[in-house]
Amino acid sequence: MCLAVIGRVIEIREPVGPDAFPQGLVDVLGIRRTISFGLLPSAIKGEYVLIHAGFAIQKLEPKDAKKTLKLLKMGLPRKLRSQ
Amino acid sequence: MVKKILAELQALADQKPVSIMEVCGTHTVAVYRSGIAGLLPKNLHLISGPGCPVCVTSESDLYRFFVLSRKKGVIITTFGDLLRVPAGGQVTPSPSPLPQGERVKVRGIKKEIPIQSSLEKERAKGADVRIVYSPMDALAIAEENPGKDVVFLGIGFETTAPAIAGAVLEAKRSGLTNFFLLSALKTIPAAMEALLNFPKVRIDGYLCPGHVSVIIGSRPYRFISEDYHRPAVITGFQPEDILEGLLLILKQIKSGKPKVEIQYRAAVHPKGNEVAQNLIRRVFTAGPASWRGLGVIPKTGLKLKAEFQRFDGQKQFKLPEGEIIKPNPACRCGEVITGAITPENCRQFRRKCTPEKPLGPCMVSVEGTCAAHYKYNA
Repeated sequence: MCLAVIGRVIEIREPVGPDAFPQGLVDVLGIRRTISFGLLPSAIKGEYVLIHAGFAIQKLEPKDAKKTLKLLKMGLPRKLRSQ
Repeated sequence: MVKKILAELQALADQKPVSIMEVCGTHTVAVYRSGIAGLLPKNLHLISGPGCPVCVTSESDLYRFFVLSRKKGVIITTFGDLLRVPAGGQVTPSPSPLPQGERVKVRGIKKEIPIQSSLEKERAKGADVRIVYSPMDALAIAEENPGKDVVFLGIGFETTAPAIAGAVLEAKRSGLTNFFLLSALKTIPAAMEALLNFPKVRIDGYLCPGHVSVIIGSRPYRFISEDYHRPAVITGFQPEDILEGLLLILKQIKSGKPKVEIQYRAAVHPKGNEVAQNLIRRVFTAGPASWRGLGVIPKTGLKLKAEFQRFDGQKQFKLPEGEIIKPNPACRCGEVITGAITPENCRQFRRKCTPEKPLGPCMVSVEGTCAAHYKYNA
């Protein structure tokens, strides 16, 4: 249940209120998703992040993220692997 | 790479048997799916501990979920993992795990009644149970249904707790009055300590969970090496990560100098995610938690702080408290989770208990030890 997926930050939006969490858009294996950056406020556009239960929880170095993504994509149909 | 690690493992594992426990459902699945278990030296035993949050949710907590789902005007929101988990046994007015002579009155329950249900069964009978991907989705459901009470069933470990804390803070900020949390959240390190004192289990080292450690860092495991003189290695999820984790543990055993090491360096920093830790501390306080197979362990549960009481589903819906279920004795999930037996030791395994008709959570959850054995260990 503690599974986490890797996503690349596409944009981070301004919080809706003074105490609200920043939200943003990530790309997870070609699928765009809105997540919360309340646990990782320092994330910026272009970075790779680990995502759990709709929250970014950790940044990943591009080389580590790409290595894991490559392994994950091995399970995908060939035409989706390039994304 | 894998061959090199396996050769090193073989060289390090001498005749003495070594038992290493992992406490992470994702490790359990990775070990069996990749076939690692079959490649290890014969005297190296890998035990799957209480690392699947669904599997360690007690029958009493599950019973409270069922009771809540039957209330009018309540929408239950939960992660999909929990839906099919069955709970069965006797609902009893005198909770068994309490010391002798101490009796607790359970509201509305006067005599023993048998139960056998799951949230899926409750839903088939008319309960409004919805699967969400994030606790924030439960807030959206609450906003869309102002006339209903929306309850999020909080299961999970430190990986999930910050997201749930975030949802509670957001509910407070946005002034939602129809969102509630029923927390069965648990913290892992104290359960690992309880297992080190468990007479039926021998643990020579721990493969520590990767994503729990992303949040809590390496510090909370120090007692394992400092007080119990056992190795503890925070490990990633690829097969070669797990093999490397095992190798680091064997090297520590050989050198006689146990410590906490991080193999999963790509994601785990020694300090963890401090923003997430602060969020947990801001919303929750430590309380007793009821673990399937381990019983009630003090300070391993996360309960809402006084400031957030109005979101507490337990209080709001006056649910029965304490250990109110005498578990079904046929299901031995409790012993499987603690590593006291393997699934093959249970008479129900593959016979009356299969993924299609599971008797207990270890067979329901894809991360459960029984499900992993069933699928990959034919």
